[in-house]
Amino acid sequence: MTEPLLQVRGLCKAFGALVVTDKLDFDLAAGETLAIIGPNGAGKTTLVAQLAGDVRPDSGAIAFGGRSIVRESADARARLGIARSFQITTIVPSFTAEDNVALAVQGRTATAMRFWQPARADADLRAPARAALERVGLAARANVRASDLSHGEARVLEVAMALACEPVLLLLDEPMAGMGHDESLAMIALLRTIKTEATMILIEHDMEAVAQLADRVMVLVGGRAVASGAYDDVRRDPVVRDAYLGES
Amino acid sequence: MAVPVAAAAFGQPFWVNAATRIVIYGLAAMSLDLIVGYGAMVSFGHAAFFALGGYTAAILLTNGIDSALVTWPSATFASALLAAAVGALSLRTSGVYFIMITLAFGQMVYYATVALKMFGGTDGLPVPVRSVLPLIDLRDATTFYAACCVLLVAFFILASRLVESRFGMVVRGAAESERRLTALGFPVARYRLVAFVISGAAAGLAGALWADFSRFVSPDMASWTRSGEFLVMVILGGMGSLAGGLYGAAVLTGFESLFSGFTEHWMLVLGVMLILIVLFAKRGIYGVLAGRSHD
Repeated sequence: MTEPLLQVRGLCKAFGALVVTDKLDFDLAAGETLAIIGPNGAGKTTLVAQLAGDVRPDSGAIAFGGRSIVRESADARARLGIARSFQITTIVPSFTAEDNVALAVQGRTATAMRFWQPARADADLRAPARAALERVGLAARANVRASDLSHGEARVLEVAMALACEPVLLLLDEPMAGMGHDESLAMIALLRTIKTEATMILIEHDMEAVAQLADRVMVLVGGRAVASGAYDDVRRDPVVRDAYLGES
Repeated sequence: MAVPVAAAAFGQPFWVNAATRIVIYGLAAMSLDLIVGYGAMVSFGHAAFFALGGYTAAILLTNGIDSALVTWPSATFASALLAAAVGALSLRTSGVYFIMITLAFGQMVYYATVALKMFGGTDGLPVPVRSVLPLIDLRDATTFYAACCVLLVAFFILASRLVESRFGMVVRGAAESERRLTALGFPVARYRLVAFVISGAAAGLAGALWADFSRFVSPDMASWTRSGEFLVMVILGGMGSLAGGLYGAAVLTGFESLFSGFTEHWMLVLGVMLILIVLFAKRGIYGVLAGRSHD
């Protein structure tokens, strides 16, 4: 078997007395989609933040593609191919949808700063941006300011931006949060197509989405992985039923 | 934006002088707008770069180096260096802390100018001659004014290209969502620092022009009220418009000469106007002139 794309070993993080990540170990194979579920406050978002580099773990190791990234900054990790969407939609509100995606393309392709050529006339940025918008079904809204998009559209835009990064690893923090039923179904369909191209970690509360998308499910409770495995197995696990699924 | 530039171009010395002041302050305000209006970096120490540029030019001129091809670039470069140092430290903070730390750096430069007796201390430093250029007689008031206009327009073009470039999109995007830009792989701090240095460098050039124009530099150039005036010009003229910096400079300078004749309290009128602008016309004079169509 080949080396896993992502290896997490002994990851620990506490905010004061509150332990949010507790000696976490897991691997993620290239191409795999891992869903992380768990009750509120289980440490799901903080875990993703540690993988993305926004939050520094207290101890533990994170290896990505065989190299340790635990000391790399968030922007350096992004350049290594880790893209993400946030729990709260995080886009540039005054830019158009296309400007937002073009920025993502620029982040992937350019290393040097360029000061003179107008970015909005740059076909190297605009063509891939339009293609990404086309793919997620936002092409008709390309020139709308991001702040004027509906909540659901903005969520989709964020996924389009992550896609435009051509990520190796995609971290999605509740991409369907606050969406209506139809929008959720469309998002699931979109993520199913993306899942074949990128390795994905998905935080999700919607069990329908988890069932459809995840190759493997990890259940976090109090910062610890209490169960991990295929969706159906995890669902039947008594510990999980007790800690999480049982409450609904 | 050429209107106020052209309007007062030729004629009485009084108007040429007033217009030159406006153009020099306009350049400083425009450079500040680049970071405040586009990068949300509210620097309250911009006068430090203006002053350092002025002192650099003044010191060169008092030592017999009077070529504008030396004085102006030297002033620009000195202020760029200072901006790199100030920016590297200040840009670790944001919001109110950034305002405070840039203010603190501004005050340090102010007290340095006061303390350095060899450069005149509180009395300031008279500038013996104005910089010279080959073939162009800068010592003629109208010609000097024209040269200032050329530099202002050059910076305006440069800055306009800058804010629409790939670089500019990153700085502007980061002003609204630093998290997103970081998550896309941009080293946001580095981009901001470059913008800060460009801004400081242009303010240094404005300071050099001021030294040439007024033939005098003093700690007053570095005072925090001067930094405040630059900010007022930017807000009055319209943040994030570049040209607004010039309009703000024109209005502020105009107000001063218009109302200070009647009352010492002309700032009161300005205060009221600033409140109205902030409440009702967020894009300032530029916004009113350009119409509200695109908002």
